Amino acid sequence: MAQLTFKPFLKPLRLGRDDWRMAAVVARREIKDSFRDWRIMTPIILLTVFFPALMNFAAGRMMSFVSNYGAQIIATQLIPFLLLVVGFFPMSFSLIIALETFVGEKERKSLEPLLATPLTDYQLYLGKMIAVLVPPLLAAYLGMAVYLTGLYVNLGWTPSLQLLGQTLLLTTVQGVIMVAAAVVISSQTTSVRAANLLASFIIVPMALLIQGEAAALFWGNHVGLWWLILALAITAVVLIRMGLHLFKREELMGRDLDEVRLGWILAEFWAVLSGRRENNGRYPNPFRWYRQTLALIPQLRHPAATLTLALLGALGMGVVLAFIYRLPPEMLAQFTGESISANLDQLQIVARGLPLAIFFQNVRVLLLLALLGTFTFGVLGILVFMLPWVIVGFAAGQIFLAGESPLLFLAATILPHAIFELPAILLAAAAALRWHLTVIAPPPDRTLSEAFMATSAEFARVFLGLSLPLLLLAAFVEAYVTPQVLRAAYSG
Amino acid sequence: MIVAENLGKKFDNFTAVHDLDLHVQAGELLALLGPNGAGKTTTVRMLSSILRPTTGRAAVNGYDVVREAAQVRRSIGMLTEQPGLYLRMTGIEYLLFYGRLYGMSDAAIQERGFALFNRFGMADAHDRRLGQYSKGMRQKVGLIRAMLHKPSVLLLDEPTSAMDPHSAKLVRDTIKEMRDDQRAIILCTHNLAEAESLADRIAIIKKGAIVAKGTPTELKQQLLGLPQLEVRVDQHLNGQLQELALENLVTVEAIGDNTIRYRTPNPQQTNPLVVRRLGDLGLGIISLQEVSQSLEDVYLRVVAEETTEN
Repeated sequence: MAQLTFKPFLKPLRLGRDDWRMAAVVARREIKDSFRDWRIMTPIILLTVFFPALMNFAAGRMMSFVSNYGAQIIATQLIPFLLLVVGFFPMSFSLIIALETFVGEKERKSLEPLLATPLTDYQLYLGKMIAVLVPPLLAAYLGMAVYLTGLYVNLGWTPSLQLLGQTLLLTTVQGVIMVAAAVVISSQTTSVRAANLLASFIIVPMALLIQGEAAALFWGNHVGLWWLILALAITAVVLIRMGLHLFKREELMGRDLDEVRLGWILAEFWAVLSGRRENNGRYPNPFRWYRQTLALIPQLRHPAATLTLALLGALGMGVVLAFIYRLPPEMLAQFTGESISANLDQLQIVARGLPLAIFFQNVRVLLLLALLGTFTFGVLGILVFMLPWVIVGFAAGQIFLAGESPLLFLAATILPHAIFELPAILLAAAAALRWHLTVIAPPPDRTLSEAFMATSAEFARVFLGLSLPLLLLAAFVEAYVTPQVLRAAYSG
Repeated sequence: MIVAENLGKKFDNFTAVHDLDLHVQAGELLALLGPNGAGKTTTVRMLSSILRPTTGRAAVNGYDVVREAAQVRRSIGMLTEQPGLYLRMTGIEYLLFYGRLYGMSDAAIQERGFALFNRFGMADAHDRRLGQYSKGMRQKVGLIRAMLHKPSVLLLDEPTSAMDPHSAKLVRDTIKEMRDDQRAIILCTHNLAEAESLADRIAIIKKGAIVAKGTPTELKQQLLGLPQLEVRVDQHLNGQLQELALENLVTVEAIGDNTIRYRTPNPQQTNPLVVRRLGDLGLGIISLQEVSQSLEDVYLRVVAEETTEN
């Protein structure tokens, strides 16, 4: 049975001196080309020299205006934000250059001779990345320098070392993210027009990000900004690795049209979901289908291990939160054995009416997990998976603080149905994660779309064939058995 | 030098090339002919390790096109149908860029680059922006780029398509020299006269498969049959009479007012007999010559078959 192998996407990347040398040859040519293009240089110069000067003027006017009302603090908090904006505007140019970098060359027919040279995919990709990043980044730093010089001369304002460092890092990391994402788009589309249309997937999140950074800068939340820089740096690394994995000269020259092949999509999905793919084009009988589906489980071991770690982390986080946010004593009293026992009858009445509601709730959560993960490389999917376990950890922590045994609590309230529910959720979430990560690390012998369709159909198989029956069973256990265990545990 | 066995390429449900076998030796030029969309470009892209074959195998200069792609690309010089130059660069800057990608020193690139610019009559153009070059000059720069690192294998797609006759001859002479210098060359072209004058062997590709292969002479025999001969006489002919006279000697194909066309597998022995028999009928022979059959006839025969099939 042909299966896709899940590969950890952050495996070490070995780049030798020769790779950097060849990348530098590519980058040097491209940078030279950019500097000769007035359509690129004019706006960069405007944004580097005139725009910072304008921002400078705006900052000065703002300072004098608010000082009339004794509210200088507003202006002083806005000045760092303007510094960020001054850096971001020239940086945004990298997006346009990067979007054009591969697909533009393809349109101008200059890509094929380049692909016929001894350059490796990594060298070419790296060279292009450097080329589209360096001029806008230099322009951004220069713009910030102009802005800061103006502020110092006019207002005598200088940024703290922390603020300066954070702004420079944010500008750099944002630039890398935009460029890495745009290069991925450029290498996966067949026209500049299509690449520009897809750029909204970069522009919209970046606009939201800038707003978040503005808020953090305004409120002086520097700790939050450091965390944001870390998260952005990780995102940048993931995007670069994704670009390196996805970049194949075969893909660049093998397609001439970006078309929606709905028939192909449905056929591929159905072929894997129905089991025809593994059964030489014939529909397998139900037993064989199940055997094929069970054979997928070993393929899920890496994502399942990742999710297990996330689960343990979530439990730990919940416990820590319980200690930080201790409930008031009167609420903690609700967690003592007597109170739980007193509430059992009511709980049973409610639970008995809800097995299907529990089942559908779990199904809904799993589908949400799968959906959110598709366009966040699995990140939001993992967060959805972790959330209930944070709550469980929090509750266990509060039980402990109330003087009760958290292990008894977990064994009585979670364990009976978790025996079925946890494997069901873990299997489906692992299959979903494997599907989501295909985008970052598609297998070398298949195209991205083939791998994406195959793993999505395999997720559907695991979900329908394994998780749903287990969830149904778990829902009935949760409704009918767990309350009895709870009663036995706490009623003595 | 170039070996392809059972080579094939499939894009989703479309088969661009299948069951393709090619062997090109050092010092040999193979012309790859075929209608648009026949699979020539896909074949060249597979041989230059840009596209991965889906079936079969190919080796260039002894290197496997899939497993040893970097060495393959180092061994080849490729001219694409459209040269695809960077128009803001000068001619010599462009060559410096490409030469560096092949690991050449700047001095070596300049020496070879200037020599090639001279050879193609563009000595004073090397420091001009490529955007200012004419179409033919751009094509020449593309060819210079392909030849710069002295590759063992050249893959040339329409090398003279945009050139004036003088430049085209210059390029053809250079290609001949490269072949004589023991390089293996694949030439994709629609210029059949050029293919006939340059090629040692010809392969005609149609719907992704090679349908005819051989030397130009072999192909003519294979597709057009035996050479056709025409005898011109000094009198008006009575078709039936002369045909009877030549029966059992040659296959008469047409009789005109004063010409007879026939085919024979053995002209050295048959032609004197034909002349004698016609003389016996009282006809004076004005001329006897082979009717020229061009590569175009061969090619059109293949294309016509395709049209008929369609």
